[in-house]
Amino acid sequence: MKILVAVKRVIDYNVQVRVKEDGSGVVTDNVKMSSNPPDDNAIEEAVKFKEAGKATEIIAITVGEEKSQETVRKALAVGADRGILIKTEGTVEPLAVAKSLKKIVDREKPDLVLMGKQAIDDDCNQTGQMLSALLNWPQATFASKIEIKDKILEVTREVDEGLEMIEVNLPAVITCDLRLNEPRYASLPNIMKAKKKPLEILTASDLGVDTAPRVQQIKVEEPPKRKAGIKVASVAELVSKLKNEAKVI
Amino acid sequence: MSVLLIAEHNNKEIRPFTLNAITAASQMDEDVHVLLIGNNCGEVAKSLSEMPAVKKVLHTEAPHYENYLAENFAPLVVKVSENYSHIVCSANTFGKNLMPRIAAHLDISQVSDITKVISADTFLRPIYAGNAFATVKSTDAKKCITIRPTSFEPCETSGGSAPIEKIESVEEFKLSKFVKREEVKSDRPELGTARIVVSGGRGMQNGENFKLITDIADKLNAAIGASRAAVDAGYISNEHQVGQTGKVVVPDLYIAVGISGAIQHLAGMKESKIIVAINKDGEAPIFSVADYGLEADLFEALPQFLEELNKLNSIQK
Repeated sequence: MKILVAVKRVIDYNVQVRVKEDGSGVVTDNVKMSSNPPDDNAIEEAVKFKEAGKATEIIAITVGEEKSQETVRKALAVGADRGILIKTEGTVEPLAVAKSLKKIVDREKPDLVLMGKQAIDDDCNQTGQMLSALLNWPQATFASKIEIKDKILEVTREVDEGLEMIEVNLPAVITCDLRLNEPRYASLPNIMKAKKKPLEILTASDLGVDTAPRVQQIKVEEPPKRKAGIKVASVAELVSKLKNEAKVI
Repeated sequence: MSVLLIAEHNNKEIRPFTLNAITAASQMDEDVHVLLIGNNCGEVAKSLSEMPAVKKVLHTEAPHYENYLAENFAPLVVKVSENYSHIVCSANTFGKNLMPRIAAHLDISQVSDITKVISADTFLRPIYAGNAFATVKSTDAKKCITIRPTSFEPCETSGGSAPIEKIESVEEFKLSKFVKREEVKSDRPELGTARIVVSGGRGMQNGENFKLITDIADKLNAAIGASRAAVDAGYISNEHQVGQTGKVVVPDLYIAVGISGAIQHLAGMKESKIIVAINKDGEAPIFSVADYGLEADLFEALPQFLEELNKLNSIQK
């Protein structure tokens, strides 16, 4: 089984994001960037399949600016065999990412495409579903467990009501939940080795994909601030405040 | 042009967030048509037709629509979509799973999880876990929109009499198969719509200690929430998770117990009307969003809290 794993470079999840004063976006200069957390789960799952003898090759791919190579290199350090960067400028919407990924799927013919369920920057939660639609493949989103049964995958999905189990025939697209596994750290020797692994660089226009945004970002603002609260000294005071001041109980 | 809204239901009843989605849809255009895809769901069609904001119900049935696989729903929505300016559903796991599949089939760049309709093509949506809000304008001729249910009021459910139009099903997608859904049955209010939510975090230390939370939730008729840390640690099941990758809740009262307040958790609850934080670490970030903070050991504070509640003559339901 050949696996394609899509990853994204985003502002690190621990960074307190700040809005630019001119409202044109958020501050990204001198801000720590990392791989999108659920994409780490996607890579980890692929590597586990390979270690279990169920996958033969793992290709890590990203769509983004030149620096997104770092994120592909990280995937290579964790266990992907080769990487692809589809270079783009500016904002690329999930639909354009899905179209770019489809071009690579058409060329590489993987049996399985894995990626995180959502990127923590734009919080869109679209790319995997869009790719599977463009390919007319089965989709299994928000996966917290994946079992391989020959040409069928049994996937447990995290849904609002609890857990849902579905079966999808391969080839398929699966988007990963944070609870799918525990992503490993890359060891230093593996980080060094990853530098020698092949990384192909293409542009979206090489692939004939139009990445021009269809959704204009008019402005970005800070969320409304909550007014500062108070500390109460005792449980009795808390209950009294809730009853008599806030009137919520 | 009209808005096509995709209903979420269990073939017997409408799921509550569909009502919020109808409100949002009617702000884009008053002519809201609801598409009901299911199996033996005639009662649901009837209840939809009674909602005054709904102008028409499109009803289709087939055995393969019993469970909502996006692969089966999307081609039908695409087929019906021609005469509509907007396709709308709620941004919960139902809509998140479904809408991008529809959008890609129609070559539309979707706008996810909007919290406000500014005009028929311009919307407000949170990004970066709600640390910023973007005003965005869709330039596609047709729009695919998911709405954040807690940002819109539920629509009225009686007084209307919309026509119900039967439409034909489309062929089954045979490469995906629904197996089962493990729903946790509970007498408590649903987390997404509860008036009060009591949530526990890593500070609870284990699953058994969640009983302290349950007791208070019972007393307040509250739903039970949890931080991702508590769910990851196995203290409680996933459907309780509040946060960026879990559920977004906006109750009148949110009580965070033993939750430090990571950015990702705050994303799911900081719009709550009143926030209470109980944590023994006075420096925990949760206190920065709390209206009432109590710096205390939760294992002492929660039993006292229950005791104080028991002393009250009445508690709002």
